Amino acid sequence: MTTTLPTAQILSDELEKEYELRRHVTWRRFRRHKLALAGAVVFGIMLLVAILANFIAPWDPNYIDQAHWTGYPLAPGVAGHILGTDENGRDLLSRLIFGARISLTVAIFAVTMEIVLGTILGAIAGFYGKVVDFTIMRITDVVLSIPLLPLLLVLTAIVAQTSNKAALNFASIVLIIGFVSWPPVARIVRAVFLSLREREYAEAARAIGNRDARIIFRHLLPNAMAPIIVQATLEVANVIILESTLSFLGFGIQPPTASWGNMLANAQANMAIAPWAAVFPGLCILVTVLAINYLGDGLRDALDPNMR
Amino acid sequence: MLTYVIRRTLLNVPLLILISMVIFIILSNAPGGPLAPYLQNPHITQADIERLKHNLGLDQPLPIQYLHWLGKVLTGDLGYSTSNSESVMHAILDRLPATLELMGSAFIFSLAIGVTFGILSALRPYSWLDYVVTTFAFFGQSMPVFWFALMLQLAFAVYGIPLPDGYKIQLPSASMCSTDACGLGDRIEHLILPTVVLSLLFIATWSRFMRSSMLEVVSTDYMRTARAKGLARATVVLKHGLKNALIPLVTVVALGLPSLVAGAVVTETIFAWPGMGRLFINALTQFDFALLMGYLMLVSFLVVLFNLIADIAYAWLDPRVKYS
Repeated sequence: MTTTLPTAQILSDELEKEYELRRHVTWRRFRRHKLALAGAVVFGIMLLVAILANFIAPWDPNYIDQAHWTGYPLAPGVAGHILGTDENGRDLLSRLIFGARISLTVAIFAVTMEIVLGTILGAIAGFYGKVVDFTIMRITDVVLSIPLLPLLLVLTAIVAQTSNKAALNFASIVLIIGFVSWPPVARIVRAVFLSLREREYAEAARAIGNRDARIIFRHLLPNAMAPIIVQATLEVANVIILESTLSFLGFGIQPPTASWGNMLANAQANMAIAPWAAVFPGLCILVTVLAINYLGDGLRDALDPNMR
Repeated sequence: MLTYVIRRTLLNVPLLILISMVIFIILSNAPGGPLAPYLQNPHITQADIERLKHNLGLDQPLPIQYLHWLGKVLTGDLGYSTSNSESVMHAILDRLPATLELMGSAFIFSLAIGVTFGILSALRPYSWLDYVVTTFAFFGQSMPVFWFALMLQLAFAVYGIPLPDGYKIQLPSASMCSTDACGLGDRIEHLILPTVVLSLLFIATWSRFMRSSMLEVVSTDYMRTARAKGLARATVVLKHGLKNALIPLVTVVALGLPSLVAGAVVTETIFAWPGMGRLFINALTQFDFALLMGYLMLVSFLVVLFNLIADIAYAWLDPRVKYS
């Protein structure tokens, strides 16, 4: 006992040093990637805006400025509306700020759901192989063969049909997107697990009698985190675009709740008289998605340079 | 090779059956199922609904209904659309050419531009040209399709930005003739904007992929050997390099089909392009069961078909792939 303890202590210290070094290298590689850093900053600012929406929005997002609104959208700068108003006389900037809250939370919740689902299914498929693997992968094939946007549109239309369009709220959109977009995650995690389960430490963990669940989640999963993190980041960008497309087509977040997508739904008809209402919401989507894509690219380079 | 093709093809049959079952179950879960549009109609009584249900076999268990549907599909009967009372097959075939025209031109355009961009940027990595192409690719991948369409409309339709020679870009919804008399010129003129909109994402992804694929090939031994034999740089890159760099692109291009379908839905809606995507959105608002079923099956079938073609093409192009 007395002799094994120090050895273990030394070993774990060594390991700790090794981890520290690796973390350092990862951070250095990420820092070198200037655009990824910029992306992280922009995304951080967007998150702050979404969190602090109540404090920074100059107007109530659903307040109709009847004192100035004459039926035409107000131009930027008129009557204290920095970016003007939409066709209903509501302050555009405030709607953009609250829209950030909706668009970002939908994306983050939906991605969390798809990552959890995809990771569990992918891990089980890769770890057990054989029939389990075959079954899960065929489900993945089926979902991936139906084009995502039409599938999402049909699912949201069914929800709208079952009760009414107001049922297409935050929760149902998150559930629908999360429920159908996990297969790419499952495929990635499965591929990693297929090779991880052959490693010596997996065998060692099994040899000392660990339960499967413990081997999967405590021993193997931490080593599969790099691709999962990268995929999660890039998926946030994808889901922001998906949600805004659904909302733009009228099958996503329903008005009066502002989302960047549904703010553009009426913009096309009013484009000649209110181009600002068409420009700014899309610009928000573009900037945020671009920032996340650069961030994801930087994370990929930093965490796993061999991955592509 | 032939056995490989046959086996690959047969493997996709159960997949297609599974897909159709999943879509059938999802759509049947809507209240009213195929009769959904009638539920809102005040002139149709509950008794009518029951009678229709019985006549159409909707009172049978779901598996029976599915088999019934499958049997009809195999004879080419996709059922009747409840929103515009024509056969679904006819409705789809009617709109298919317009969609194929749009998707086809976007496909060719993106492939040509994407591959060219990829090669140019791989030839001089980290040059200013490479930076421009890479940055463009990031923007293209981050651009919401519908907003890009709106911005182009704003620029060319609202502000009327003229092109060289005073030529103005035509919106598809504006004065496109539907008769054959107008000829190809008119058609192409109206096709420009939707094609550019639909292509952006693919130019972006394919040029990025082409760049990395090309960079990988350029650093291989056989490229150095070819150069050492005294071949000109251009010959080496275009004859030896390009051939090998294009092989992995086949898979990526085939996997892009679902996005192309999705992009077409959005593009057609915004530009009022008379294709399947718009038909689908209309079917969606009225919950036209047979039409939705037919559309989803068709696009899924196309996706499966393209994956199959990619698999076979890959095996054919790359002799290192074993037919197992």
